[in-house]
Amino acid sequence: MSRENSLVTAQWVEDNLDTDGVVLIEVDEDTTAYDKGHIRGAIKLDWTTDLQDQVRRDFVNKEQFEALLSERGVANDDTVVLYGGNNNWFAAYAYWYFKLYGHQDVKLLDGGRKKWELDSRELTDELPTRAKTSYTAQEQDSSIRAFRDEVVAAIGTQNLVDVRSPDEYAGRLLAPAHLPQEQAQRAGHIPTSVNVPWSKNANDDGTFKSDEELTALYDEVGFDTDKDTIALCRIGERSSLTWFVLTELLGRKNVKNYDGSWTEYGSLVGVPVALGDEPGEA
Amino acid sequence: MCGAKEGGLSLDGVNVAKEAVIQGQVLRSGDEPVANAYVRLLDRSGEFTAEVPTSATGHFRFFAGDGEWTLRTLAPKAQPVDTRVVAATGSVAEVQVLVSA
Repeated sequence: MSRENSLVTAQWVEDNLDTDGVVLIEVDEDTTAYDKGHIRGAIKLDWTTDLQDQVRRDFVNKEQFEALLSERGVANDDTVVLYGGNNNWFAAYAYWYFKLYGHQDVKLLDGGRKKWELDSRELTDELPTRAKTSYTAQEQDSSIRAFRDEVVAAIGTQNLVDVRSPDEYAGRLLAPAHLPQEQAQRAGHIPTSVNVPWSKNANDDGTFKSDEELTALYDEVGFDTDKDTIALCRIGERSSLTWFVLTELLGRKNVKNYDGSWTEYGSLVGVPVALGDEPGEA
Repeated sequence: MCGAKEGGLSLDGVNVAKEAVIQGQVLRSGDEPVANAYVRLLDRSGEFTAEVPTSATGHFRFFAGDGEWTLRTLAPKAQPVDTRVVAATGSVAEVQVLVSA
């Protein structure tokens, strides 16, 4: 993969608003953002109701994903362009999710909704209509999704990258600071995980930094390119953005996203936890 | 619990005694609320901690920790504005951010 295959600019999106086979999808942490205004023609996916099982903590299964995309009018050969607020956190999560279920042509709008708004580009509250399709998903690609046992086994042996803010990593905060801090799980990080906040991948306007800057960022913290990598954050959305950078922009192999992330790991009984700014020992 | 007196956004359901709240409003030309601004919360070292879009009335809120923070406000057709603020658990730090016209 490369930047050209996986990222489009706001101008490209504006130029392709009426192009057949291009489907814009907004995915936000604030699931009401779309309703207040969205890019013309964009449909909405709600990460809490559309993409999560409503009983167990897990994703919707293959059949549910197929039913969802069929109902929303997304076809297998469509170019899906994802964007959202929070610097594309949840759009990157959806990108990874589409890859998990084998969609071929997925792209992120560089800078997401913020870049679009800061450019003063047009938003509308008009709802698009799309004809239903018959979407077929692949089985989940387990090579890009990490589960807790392999995360525990990766301590001291793989690249573990914790992309939360330094205060969350050190245990001074339990959640991103736009959310209330009262949480059930313990604070801190997985021993030997390095802290590369997701925000270091992006400019203030939400667009990604250059490949050279991104390469230097991961070289600096001593990423061993011969080892497999697992990215995590609090619930797996910010780490999807880092997964996107490592896999799609930098072409690194064997990178997994741990969607259980700190809300799972920090609640496990008996696993090691490190506090403070240093990675800690295995 | 009733909502905050200032800030415009309800604090219903949040135990304010356990939170270090930073909140306020982004204004242009003195008193015009900016609804499509982005406020970033940076920690002592200048590292990003969180970001929120402003509400329809230009309001924003963070749940920070004790200490010094910087708010960096981005708005269409305006230069970024940095504002220092001190947060403390159990209190609400009110901030007004003015962006250029």
